[in-house]
Amino acid sequence: MAEEKDKTKTESPFIEPGHTYGSITDKISSMILTRKTPLGWFIGFGIAFSLMMVLLFSITYLFMKGTGIWGLNIPVGWGFAIINFVWWIGIGHAGTLISAILLLFRQEWRTSINRFAEAMTLFAVAAAGIFPLIHMGRPWLFYWLMPYPNTMNLWPQFRSPLVWDVFAVSTYALVSLLFWYTGLVPDFGSLRDRAKNKFAQKAYGILSMGWRGSAIHWHRYETAYLLLAGLATPLVISVHTIVSFDFAMAIIPGWHATIFPPYFVAGAVYAGFAMVLTLIIPLRKVYGLQDFITIRHLRNMAKVMLATGLIVAYGYMMEAFTAWYSGSEYEQFMILNRMRGPYAPVFWALIICNVVVPQFLWFERFQSKVGALFAIAIVVNIGMWLERFIIVVTSLHRDFLPSSWGMYAGTFWDWSIYFGSIGLFFTLMFIFLRIMPAISIFEMRTLVKGSKKKIEN
Amino acid sequence: MPQLFHPSTNTFAKVSIFGAIFLIAAVLWVFLSIERSSYVTQAGVVREQPIPFSHRHHVSQLGIDCRYCHTTVEESNFAGIPPTKTCMACHSQIHATAEMLEPVRESWRTGKSLEWIRVHDLPDFVYFNHSIHVKKGVGCETCHGPVGKMALTWREKSLNMEWCLECHRAPEKFVRPRQFVFSMDWHPEIDQKILGEKIVKEYDINRLTNCSICHR
Ligand code: HEC
Ligand code: HEC
Ligand code: HEC
Ligand code: HEC
Ligand code: HEC
Repeated sequence: MAEEKDKTKTESPFIEPGHTYGSITDKISSMILTRKTPLGWFIGFGIAFSLMMVLLFSITYLFMKGTGIWGLNIPVGWGFAIINFVWWIGIGHAGTLISAILLLFRQEWRTSINRFAEAMTLFAVAAAGIFPLIHMGRPWLFYWLMPYPNTMNLWPQFRSPLVWDVFAVSTYALVSLLFWYTGLVPDFGSLRDRAKNKFAQKAYGILSMGWRGSAIHWHRYETAYLLLAGLATPLVISVHTIVSFDFAMAIIPGWHATIFPPYFVAGAVYAGFAMVLTLIIPLRKVYGLQDFITIRHLRNMAKVMLATGLIVAYGYMMEAFTAWYSGSEYEQFMILNRMRGPYAPVFWALIICNVVVPQFLWFERFQSKVGALFAIAIVVNIGMWLERFIIVVTSLHRDFLPSSWGMYAGTFWDWSIYFGSIGLFFTLMFIFLRIMPAISIFEMRTLVKGSKKKIEN
Repeated sequence: MPQLFHPSTNTFAKVSIFGAIFLIAAVLWVFLSIERSSYVTQAGVVREQPIPFSHRHHVSQLGIDCRYCHTTVEESNFAGIPPTKTCMACHSQIHATAEMLEPVRESWRTGKSLEWIRVHDLPDFVYFNHSIHVKKGVGCETCHGPVGKMALTWREKSLNMEWCLECHRAPEKFVRPRQFVFSMDWHPEIDQKILGEKIVKEYDINRLTNCSICHR
């Protein structure tokens, strides 16, 4: 025992020893089928649901009054809606990275968190998708974004990055959904077989699409899953690259930079891992999943966060450097205005959140302390939101012409919609936890062999 | 465990996959059709007017020229709707006591204009001009249809942007010699393709598809 403890300290396994095929299936399916729903679930769901109602109320009011209820005005015509959109889309990226790229690289540790992270991706994209739509003057005409033979004989402006966005995000949502669902099919089969009441049996039966677990089924499943992973992989890079084009294609100082795509992608993964940690730390506590989601998982995620955080920090540095090196008066003014202008406190808060605080992750002490990790993850979430705020607002509020300068601040409705979207995200997350296996049952079973070996030697 | 589903669900599942594709295609088609239907565009819908004024009567049977009533069609963007005075020029004699024409006489006595219900009405963000079309040889009939056959006026075309563009992209398919602009039932004596190209050259007609031609 003592020896084993020692080993877990150096390299704790991906699944705590002692689990068998049966015990894994029991444990995960009991979260949905037999165990009483924990009190934490009800409290969390209640709060999230109330926030979602705030969102619905605010959007209704927005549709009645128009975007004038927001803080938007000239010169800052892109406010919270775009900030929140980029923030949410970024959060989604960790899910795809974990499920697709880590799958292709055969990183076994993804197994216990991939299902959950993919769900997070979907719900984050859903929350993100709201913002461009409600940002329109006439949201009921949203379908004009699509190329179809309309009565105006018009196609969307294919040279506009905002149109690329539509395709990038909708492809992303679709592929993520398919990937997530395909992964769920075998588990729906297990749940169908274990469910006690008729309704659950039928529901999981339909969702499992006649899964019987035959060799042919598994063969097709493996092929499909691998193909989807291949499809999803480029999306991790492309989606946020295109989101960054929304800015980089414009000639506004501070936006028109070639560093934007890589720097946005790294930022997305950074924010995404922060969100996974934010969600998974309470989850494993409430459901007692410490033996499936071990400290080693948390540490791995912390390392990814540290690495992407450093890339983001490099991005900030390069923004300042190119502004100086370009010799462009406007670029230089923009950077100085960020650091010393009216939004300077926000900028420095962002630097503290995104660059300074994550440096604690260099130390193993912080990597494996759950409370510290949780706190750092929250700080990074906030930091990434501030980053988008700085990018959107500081570039716009003081552009080329001093006579057109102005200030921007969110109104009550800006904030209520932002917090409401968080409510939407968590509501979906809680429903998912209640009715679907948050951890992939059959993939966890493939880890059992490994953990047994560890006990043996 | 007992069978959850009847074996026929297998077939049902397979059919539903293909069915979904057709369903999506059908829904799309329905929406596109609705968008162009007369329910949305109001094309072909006869409007009730305060007085049942008949173009068939006054244009085809009496042979009155459009410009007698729509006086500004040649020099202005607005074609013009005849004032009560124009009607009274004849109707102070013809049908001078007819019940049907009472609103006209009342308008004449009180000086209050007749309130016709508009049949064509472009959105305010579109700029349209009659005079250029008349000068470049686009017949009233091309856009307004067989007005001479209308007992009550209806809108012949959808007035959608795609309709304007259909002509602006290829005016040679629609133009006619100037002297026939006001005629109803005109047909080209030679092939429209040859005639159209000749007219386009002669009248120097351009293809105006720039957005700011119509949205200024
Ligand atoms: C005797 C006068 C008179 C003559 C001649 C006449 N119109 Fe009219 N027209 C009217 C009146 C009155 C209205 C309004 C009532 C209505 O819409 O039916 C009208 C309406 C119209 C409208 C519909 C306007 C709207 O509301 O959008 C069109 C199009 C039109 N006329 C075309 C023509 C054409 C083409 C000719 C020639 C072939 C012509 N009219 C000749 C009196 C006349
Ligand atoms: C050039 C003379 C002339 C003018 C101008 C004229 N009308 Fe008439 N209208 C006639 C004649 C002639 C008749 C009768 C035809 C008949 O009864 O066969 C008539 C008939 C009518 C009728 C009855 C139609 C029917 O079906 O019996 C109405 C309504 C009418 N006119 C309205 C108007 C209005 C409104 C105007 C003004 C925009 C107008 N007319 C201008 C000559 C004119
Ligand atoms: C190129 C197509 C076109 C041609 C040719 C054309 N019209 Fe029009 N007409 C329209 C449109 C479009 C409107 C609606 C204008 C609006 O709502 O501003 C209209 C409106 C009218 C109206 C209602 C009053 C107004 O101007 O809004 C009358 C009357 C009319 N047309 C008469 C005529 C007559 C008479 C002719 C022939 C000399 C003619 N039109 C030729 C397209 C055309
Ligand atoms: C049947 C053919 C036809 C249709 C339909 C048509 N147009 Fe035109 N339009 C023309 C032609 C021909 C010209 C003249 C081109 C030139 O100036 O060389 C023209 C010119 C114009 C101009 C230029 C006026 C200016 O001052 O420069 C405008 C505006 C215009 N059209 C608007 C419209 C709108 C709006 C519609 C649809 C509601 C429409 N047109 C439908 C044939 C058409
Ligand atoms: C020949 C005239 C014409 C030209 C050129 C034209 N339009 Fe239009 N456009 C119209 C008309 C007429 C409508 C109104 C259609 C309707 O009511 O359904 C319209 C409607 C629209 C609408 C719908 C607005 C709304 O709120 O319903 C848009 C968007 C639009 N045009 C964009 C464009 C763009 C972009 C271009 C240039 C590529 C362009 N248009 C060129 C005539 C024109």
